[in-house]
Amino acid sequence: MALPQVKQTATDARLAALSLPEGGWSRPAREAALARVQAMGLPGARDEYWKYTRPDTLTAVEPTSAAVLEVGDEAPVFGARDRLKVVFVDGVFSAEESDDLALEGLTIERLAEASDIHWAKDLYGTLEANGQTPVERPLAALNTAFATDGLLIRVTGKVAKPVHLLYRHESDSSDAILHHVVKVEEGGDVTLLESGPAAARFNKVMEVDVADGAGFHHVRVQGRDHERRAATHIFGRLGTESTLKTFTLTVNGVLTRNEAVIELTGDDAAVHVAGACMGDGDFHHDDTVFITHDAVNCESRQIFKKVLRNGATGVFQGKILVKPDAQKTDGYQISQSLLLDEDSQFLAKPELEIYADDVACSHGSTSGAIDEEGLFYLRARGVPRGIAEDLLTIAFIAEAVQEVEDESIQEEINELVAAWLGRRRD
Amino acid sequence: MLEIKNLQVKLEEEDKQILKGVDLTVEPGKVHAIMGPNGSGKSTLSYVLSGKDGYEVTGGEATLEGEDILEMEPEERAAAGLFLAFQYPVEIPGVGNMTFLRTAVNAQRKARGQEEMSSTEFLKVVREKAKSLKIDAEMLKRPVNVGFSGGEKKRNEILQMAMLEPKMCILDETDSGLDVDAMKLVADGVNALRGEGRSFLVITHYQRLLDHIKPDVVHIMSNGRIIKTGGPELALEVEHNGYADLIEEQA
Repeated sequence: MALPQVKQTATDARLAALSLPEGGWSRPAREAALARVQAMGLPGARDEYWKYTRPDTLTAVEPTSAAVLEVGDEAPVFGARDRLKVVFVDGVFSAEESDDLALEGLTIERLAEASDIHWAKDLYGTLEANGQTPVERPLAALNTAFATDGLLIRVTGKVAKPVHLLYRHESDSSDAILHHVVKVEEGGDVTLLESGPAAARFNKVMEVDVADGAGFHHVRVQGRDHERRAATHIFGRLGTESTLKTFTLTVNGVLTRNEAVIELTGDDAAVHVAGACMGDGDFHHDDTVFITHDAVNCESRQIFKKVLRNGATGVFQGKILVKPDAQKTDGYQISQSLLLDEDSQFLAKPELEIYADDVACSHGSTSGAIDEEGLFYLRARGVPRGIAEDLLTIAFIAEAVQEVEDESIQEEINELVAAWLGRRRD
Repeated sequence: MLEIKNLQVKLEEEDKQILKGVDLTVEPGKVHAIMGPNGSGKSTLSYVLSGKDGYEVTGGEATLEGEDILEMEPEERAAAGLFLAFQYPVEIPGVGNMTFLRTAVNAQRKARGQEEMSSTEFLKVVREKAKSLKIDAEMLKRPVNVGFSGGEKKRNEILQMAMLEPKMCILDETDSGLDVDAMKLVADGVNALRGEGRSFLVITHYQRLLDHIKPDVVHIMSNGRIIKTGGPELALEVEHNGYADLIEEQA
């Protein structure tokens, strides 16, 4: 079927400005992905899946310029932790700033450098392609086709310390496309941390294949450069008795669309997708989640909390699809917003689609102001209004932060939020 | 300590006068009790003094050690030494009891220009005070009042009072929802804080709390006014005869 003219024109223009990397082993996957983009066309304002978020700046030929935020002498996120650090500057791997890419229990290679015949060949673009039905995600296919860098991480054992991908934004006009592939082999377990604004415009895909009995923990702190834009996708596939947990904290950023597309393919697996965002003013944050239960006795949790003020907008589109044989599914979904003034808005579209008859799925979505009773109670004990509001705000996002398994990381997240709130107040 | 003169208050949302001229003076170190039937304005008085929204002062004044408190924010009143033990302590999911206590203690210290308490010192003090109120470590760790029984909530109020060391404590129906043992525990906690120039205003329906917290002065409140003031024997009189006689006498 031919694309609508507007979409065809926009897609053609964007594709004309990009060139397919040579890619070696990944070349066939890239060509297939390009064909998918051409067939789907890039997202347009009239697409149902982009009803609440305008995709135009994400699909435009040139990125909108975004100033780099000067953070002064703030301590870098995750900086005090024992971890393996991998740095990307404006989407390009920086060898001199990164640690030696060697850690017991895993191998890490750069997508841009990986040798010819590669384990990732069967995975690169595969989960992304699977995730194109029943809903199209053209920006992810665009990413598979044109990604210029990224990491290929293969986890074979329990890894003692986290891998930390640190993204730095240095150029006002950078346009980064990164694609990571993570394969956690049977019994493997790894924590992946991500932090920082990657570029003026960032398109990132991470494909994660979690084998039987394996675990993948992901904690992300998206950079707070006010003007940066990001569209990210996590595609996950879970084997029997495996676990995938991902949590994202977003503070600031004019536009963020985070998609998580997870398929539970082995019995007794568990996936938790959580996020907290703090938006002020010109801020648009979209969490779009699609979880498919295709095995017995799996658990999924979606927990999203948004704190919005001064006209900020939060979006949540979350779906649980339970296939006919996915009996004993335990699905939970909650999306909540704390609206600190009347100019902010939260748009939520929770969806359940259930074909099995022995499942427990619950979902909820709320919007509300700060709890006046709690506020008065705190103030009556001498806590000034601003600090009391901060405490209640941190309490509001607690349910999402608690999804992070490592308590020391939970604490660090809470400190980050407190610092952010403190700066707002001063 | 606390001086209330001809205080008149109405509800902001409806044009309803609740307090119609309350006069009350609580001297330093004294315990005053206010008794009265439902709807007499007792809780309104406690809320207005502590600065809750929704009330409009239409006349009169209230001062704490000579300072006009009605113009202050609730946190300023607290820092000035006023404390309200809530009739219904508020549950705050997600805020740990310890975090809450420490934030409150240090906020008040800061407001008074004192140095903040270090975390080790704070821990030591809070553990000691919690122990005497039979508040265990688990309760201190839990979110503020969440999942607490009625008795635990009231004990938690007294713990806050003990930590904040206010000058003027208002206890709003602290006995409601307590069994005899819990009431004794709470009363012991309050009694331990008596003296040192600290004053109390104990609001209650029933005389029984006053068996444990012995008042110096008892006031009877009805229809937005204090209609009678006397010694502890006045509480006993109410216990025997109810409020009806007193109200009639007034009318």
